[in-house]
Amino acid sequence: MASFHGSKINPDRFHKSQLKFYAILIPISILMLLPIVYIFSHALKPIDELFAYPPRFFVQKPTVQNFQDLVQNSNDTGVPMSRYLFNSIVVTSIVVLFTIIISTMAGFALSKKQFKLKKTLFEINTLALMFVPAAVTIPRYLLMDEIGLLNTFVAHIFPLLAMPVGLFLVKQFIDQIPDELIEAAKIDGANDFQIFRKIIVPLVKPAIATIAILSFQAVWNNAETSTLFVDDENLKTFAFYMSTLAVDTGGNTVAGQGMAAAAALIMFVPNLVIFIFMQSKVMNTMAHSGIK
Amino acid sequence: MKNNQVSTTIFLAPYVILFTTFIIIPVTIAIGLSFSYFNAIERPSFIGLDNYVNILTQDNTFMQFVLPNTLIFAVIVGPGGYILAFLLAWMLAQISKVPRTIMALILYSPSMTAGIAMAVVWKIIFSGDEAGYLNSLLISMGFINQPIQFLQSPEYLMIIMIVVTLWGSMGVGFLAMLSGVLNIDQEIYEAAYIDGIKNRFQEIVYITIPSMKPQMLFGAVMAVVTTFQAGAIGVELSGQNPTPQYAGQLIVNHLEDFGFIRYEMGYAAALSVLLLLFIYGFSKIAMKLFGEKDN
Repeated sequence: MASFHGSKINPDRFHKSQLKFYAILIPISILMLLPIVYIFSHALKPIDELFAYPPRFFVQKPTVQNFQDLVQNSNDTGVPMSRYLFNSIVVTSIVVLFTIIISTMAGFALSKKQFKLKKTLFEINTLALMFVPAAVTIPRYLLMDEIGLLNTFVAHIFPLLAMPVGLFLVKQFIDQIPDELIEAAKIDGANDFQIFRKIIVPLVKPAIATIAILSFQAVWNNAETSTLFVDDENLKTFAFYMSTLAVDTGGNTVAGQGMAAAAALIMFVPNLVIFIFMQSKVMNTMAHSGIK
Repeated sequence: MKNNQVSTTIFLAPYVILFTTFIIIPVTIAIGLSFSYFNAIERPSFIGLDNYVNILTQDNTFMQFVLPNTLIFAVIVGPGGYILAFLLAWMLAQISKVPRTIMALILYSPSMTAGIAMAVVWKIIFSGDEAGYLNSLLISMGFINQPIQFLQSPEYLMIIMIVVTLWGSMGVGFLAMLSGVLNIDQEIYEAAYIDGIKNRFQEIVYITIPSMKPQMLFGAVMAVVTTFQAGAIGVELSGQNPTPQYAGQLIVNHLEDFGFIRYEMGYAAALSVLLLLFIYGFSKIAMKLFGEKDN
């Protein structure tokens, strides 16, 4: 079509008309990337480079000294770092697993079952997308106290299981599974649980991957449950240990900087790796993410 | 039919129970406490609207610093970050797949970093002595002679908070908008050009945005949430609550100051209700702009 000269969305290959976008996108991407590169670089710097003046951005002679210091430092304070990491890994695995199960189950019911208050429930959940936990820190604390979850291991787990955005995404995704498929399975004699397991779960894998990532990020990076709900050092998580480093070092003690960067790296890398593996599934889910 | 109800209940129950316990009930308690005096030791006593009246009439810090700060921060980071996310998504959609995926990953990755983890890094970059990266850079380029106490000076703290939050705000909403732009049918554009659309700007306003309203709305709600979730950033960067001369004090910090430092829980609860109303208001505006209920 000769008169058509508009956007070519999702082009197959490079064309020089795209240059203007590259001209803006590449500098922005580099700027956004710098702090991330900086964590890697700083975490690997030996002590003399941390002290160096003028400071250098890139590491010259990489070393794992900061990671060793990090382990040593936590041993000195009485709780070995492996303990924090162990807690984090256990808490994260449990939360991710159960968030997936709970959200997918509820998403199935909200999308394909008929019941009273169905619409209301979904609307409340959509409203709760805006929920900011920081706003209700105090009532949450009082509540945890009341139901006796303070200072227990599960204090890290329960408050994070209901994830409105997770339910929202999975429900939107299940909406596009044709009802006929479910009807056909019913005629073949399948009950709801079989339908859920054999039809819904395999078809919504992209949405499940997305919930997994979002909930992983929410739990793995969460230091608040340790700060607020748990006193026992042995029950705290790695994110919390990380946050104490941030407070102790104040950005001034140079050795502390290296350790903090090493810890920041340990916090960041799992997020990155998981996202890279699942990014195509996430994009697939996002296509159905709209609020109508 | 009976079986059907049983299974529906089983599917819904875990989510509904957890959702009610950890989201609905805390919000309800916050509303209840906001009408009472509560110091965390004695039982709460009902005092009507006193907390709200005090916030609006007695609390100079709130009116003079916290409210304006929150508004400035929210307006720049919220709509600002949102527009930025849309434009980036729109540009990304118009380049080929491999560079797009790489750059989308780069833009998204800051949102994966934990707030506290990054606070450490920012502290080093903005460190107030000559060894701070920004200071060192500015000195070597001859812009300044003396290092600037970036994180302790009221005039810089807010700007740095905004930059840092914007940096980390290309999250789920950004990804949703990216896939929204990618999924618009090419034929719609072709038809629009036949109908007389003349330039890129008209194309965005009349075709792109209306065709992806649901994603735009999702992105907007996520932008609002990111903005208000970032409330702790000022305290993390400056290392103190209250922040230096209240320069970076947002509602969330004010709330924690009263709740966990002064133990005025009722007052803090009233602040959290105001915060929730704030968030709700912002999202309502987004719904007005992009909601599809009007047609």
